[in-house]
Amino acid sequence: MSVQNLNSFDPFAEDGDPLGDSQDVGSQADYIHIRVQQRNGRKTLTTLQGLPKQYDPKKLLKAFKKEFACNGTLVDDEKMGQVIQLQGDQRTKISTFLTENGMEKSTIKVHGF
Amino acid sequence: MSEEPLFDPSLKKRKKKQVQFTVDPLAADEDPTTPAPDIEETTVDGAVVDLGPSTAHERMKLNGEGETKPAEEEDVKAMFGDLKKKKKKKEIPMDFGDDSGTSTPIAAAPAPDVGALSEAVEDLDFSDLKKKKKTSKKKANLDMEAFEKELKAAPAEEADDDDVEPTPAVDLDDDADLGEDPFAQPAPGEILAGVGSGNEPWLKSDRDYTYPELLGRFYQSLHLANPSLLSSSSGKRYTIAPPSIHREGTKKSIFANVTDICKKMHRQPEHVIAFLFSEMGTTGSVDGNGQLVIKGRFQQKQIENVLRRYIVEYVTCKTCKSPDTLLTKENRIFFMACESCGSRRSVNAIKSGFQAQVGKRSRNKTG
Repeated sequence: MSVQNLNSFDPFAEDGDPLGDSQDVGSQADYIHIRVQQRNGRKTLTTLQGLPKQYDPKKLLKAFKKEFACNGTLVDDEKMGQVIQLQGDQRTKISTFLTENGMEKSTIKVHGF
Repeated sequence: MSEEPLFDPSLKKRKKKQVQFTVDPLAADEDPTTPAPDIEETTVDGAVVDLGPSTAHERMKLNGEGETKPAEEEDVKAMFGDLKKKKKKKEIPMDFGDDSGTSTPIAAAPAPDVGALSEAVEDLDFSDLKKKKKTSKKKANLDMEAFEKELKAAPAEEADDDDVEPTPAVDLDDDADLGEDPFAQPAPGEILAGVGSGNEPWLKSDRDYTYPELLGRFYQSLHLANPSLLSSSSGKRYTIAPPSIHREGTKKSIFANVTDICKKMHRQPEHVIAFLFSEMGTTGSVDGNGQLVIKGRFQQKQIENVLRRYIVEYVTCKTCKSPDTLLTKENRIFFMACESCGSRRSVNAIKSGFQAQVGKRSRNKTG
């Protein structure tokens, strides 16, 4: 037996739905985002965010560093999870590296200028 | 024109360079059917020109011409209003390149051909004919000289552009997303077809028709029967003034004409700015004069790239590629409604991703 007034009401239930329903809006999560950021002078940083779970970010970072001859680090972000961060503009290199190693090109999104 | 296939792949690049803001998808769409420049070419060649109004159709063209011309000219003016004169000149020959490749069949169609087809297409729409008329009327046209100049200028341009400016990979991606450029491949074949369709001696001969010949014939009759295919795409080119970027100090860039560009795209400046910032991973503000101050050094080319992506994602309709769209927000979701085809779709919200820590940490702690 249930008393209606005591049912827990989720005030955000409705708002959550539209995002979940439509693929277009909610699908941003499963992209791999490659971004570039400017530092001082002509230096830049490249970040890779949204790596699928089955890949080990540590190993990938190691491979990146070796392949692109740059330094890099793994950053833990509260919202975005683990983010690979590389020195210099490695966007195209990353995307070719990933596609060559069997990742779908349509899942990779390259941002930046 | 024999080198056509050679520089065909680079068409896009050139286009990008010249018309700073042509949305590529649109342009690609247009190529095959753009009628106007085509016609000019034929005239310049002098091959097909000056056939008097031998048929009723021709006469109709004559009559109709007066009406179309002003409209078209205005269109052109509107399109290039922002660009400098020089740019204008560059632009047209480029179109040439495309068209001669893709839609020669129509342009090359001479009067006799029309006659041949006339039974089938007695009730032809005027627009097509009028345009053709223009071809033959070239000498009377005022802008003829200009075109000739452009033609001369064209080869030099092309040579330049071919070597320089590799298209950034990012751009290519965008195009791929839209599944564009369907005409890059057929172009060479169609050139042949165009040649064939000029006189079409093979029509009478007994030999087997080659594919390009038949293809050319198909396009020719298709466009004759459906002039709307031509006219609808001719005026559609979507151009925007190039973003004017200059440096403020060493660490900031000023984007002076954001508001103009936003107005042209019919988008809220806030939306555009939010997109710019999230894409470029930077911050900034709008100053008193409506200029956008962006932190970091950016060149016009870079901003242009980002804007181009904005247009692809948030301005052009994904269904019909028209830029006449409205962006509205409902329940926190942006919807893009197309004015010309009526389609409505949701678009991705602008989300800024991970922002790495740059600069001094101590500065951030205070905030």
